Amino acid sequence: MKPAIQFNRVHKHFGELQALNGIDLTIPQGEFFGLLGPNGAGKSTLINILAGLLKPTYGSASVMGYDVVNDYQAARMALGVVPQELVFDPFFNVREMLRFQAGYFGRGRENDAWVDEILEGLGLTDKAHTNMRKLSGGMKRRALIAQALAHKPPVIVLDEPTAGVDVELRQMLWEFIKKLNRDGHTIVLTTHYLEEAETLCSRVAMMKQGEIVALDSTANLLNKYAGKNLRLDLGGAPLPAPLFSMLKSGEHGVYMLALSHLSQVEFALSELRKANVQIDDMQLIEPDLEDVFMSLVGSASHRNTDSILQS
Amino acid sequence: MRLINQKWRGTYTLFKKEVLRFWRVAFQTVASPVLTALLYLLIFSHVLASHVQVYENVAYTAFLIPGLIMMSLLQNAFANSSSSLIQSKVMGNIVFILLTPLSYLQFYIALLAAAMIRGLFVGFVIYLVALFFVDLPIVHVGWILTFAVLGSALLGTFGIIAGIWADKFDQMAAFQNFVIMPLTFLSGVFYSIHSLPPFWQVVSKFNPFFYMIDGFRFGFFGKGDVSPWLSLMVVIGFLLGLAWVCLKMLKSGYKLRG
Repeated sequence: MKPAIQFNRVHKHFGELQALNGIDLTIPQGEFFGLLGPNGAGKSTLINILAGLLKPTYGSASVMGYDVVNDYQAARMALGVVPQELVFDPFFNVREMLRFQAGYFGRGRENDAWVDEILEGLGLTDKAHTNMRKLSGGMKRRALIAQALAHKPPVIVLDEPTAGVDVELRQMLWEFIKKLNRDGHTIVLTTHYLEEAETLCSRVAMMKQGEIVALDSTANLLNKYAGKNLRLDLGGAPLPAPLFSMLKSGEHGVYMLALSHLSQVEFALSELRKANVQIDDMQLIEPDLEDVFMSLVGSASHRNTDSILQS
Repeated sequence: MRLINQKWRGTYTLFKKEVLRFWRVAFQTVASPVLTALLYLLIFSHVLASHVQVYENVAYTAFLIPGLIMMSLLQNAFANSSSSLIQSKVMGNIVFILLTPLSYLQFYIALLAAAMIRGLFVGFVIYLVALFFVDLPIVHVGWILTFAVLGSALLGTFGIIAGIWADKFDQMAAFQNFVIMPLTFLSGVFYSIHSLPPFWQVVSKFNPFFYMIDGFRFGFFGKGDVSPWLSLMVVIGFLLGLAWVCLKMLKSGYKLRG
């Protein structure tokens, strides 16, 4: 089976700036994939290359096996992109926009049933005849997603779809997108909300300064890069000095220790006993993607500073 | 066959959207240029009718009308494609077109056809309204249609070029005020270039608008400042040149795709 998305050594330079630095990435069909990274990491550049809005400086990319430059028409037929900015055409209502959008892809009235399904799924049915200008921000966001889906693409890319969206709408969007994924659509999502990626994505890539610094299943990343945390409430007593090296954060006598291995719990407890400190409360906390993210992005930035110093 | 169908539908959809775009605001895009043309007609014909006779047996008011029709036709064809592009660039919604499989040629055809429709429609309405004021002969309907179609295509293409090039509304306004307006007003809308001093006659002959208006007017009166065949050659030449530039820009993705 052809991969839904493939990047082969993709570089993108804007003058001196190297926005992407040799991206290799394959996303199989049916996956729910997360693309994470701080602002300026190159996520949007990568998506724009996929969508044909930017041309790679070198390297190639494909959607469902179709090269995005040489076979761009087939590639774009297979791809639906939800842009990051809340853009809209002020002249038309929601249904008209969706019909037009499907029409650009060569789809006509036979596509109307699908358009109705999208409107329904996104809670836009009663706004179908409302002018785009008159929609609230949240409704505009839904309409934007609907537009990307109008031609029923097998691969859907959402660039920060939940930025500035309230919690209720966010939940609703995720239910809808999860359903699309269950129906066989490949989903790629960029987000700042790490907990979102953690609950939704089966695999994630973390980007930093135009490179992928981690690429694995969400579970593996959590295991590999983020050890568990030990939360200790010492009732205001100070933390014994030998434990300082493990300290992540601490205030008002409540300390968070980072464990690289579970056996460190024993070490911590014995140190506390030695120092005669009483434990009021103790909790073992599961890691989250934020920890992975911080550890990777943090170390990557050190590595880059080193390489800059060396050069 | 399916592919041809699909491509045709894509192009047609974009064309339809572009036509609806101006039709939704027809008061501004059709009624207002018609009113402007009529004001020109009333004022100039009133002031100049007794002073100016350009061709024998042709009243100045009658002489003026083809010029005004063509001027409005050209300006509106230009306005349609240029304002559609600059608006969707500034608003950012051009991305919805750029994400589609529409080729640069389909894009060109759809935008151009919509611009031509607006230009021709405005011109036609002015013609109909003008009939209430003056008897207008039609000597060669073929020349009238030829120059109307070619003129709207030329300015529609020019509008696409300007729309791609301009990044902001004020750049577009500058284009309109410093290029389109002088070229229209110095093209013989209101006069025959034979009434100009020799130097300005020569200058006018480098203005493509002059040939579009002169050839168009020839269709009404069977008379013109130059042969309609010469005008035809010049207009086709300019149209091909601009279409080439425009397609080059679109194909390279200039200012649209990075």
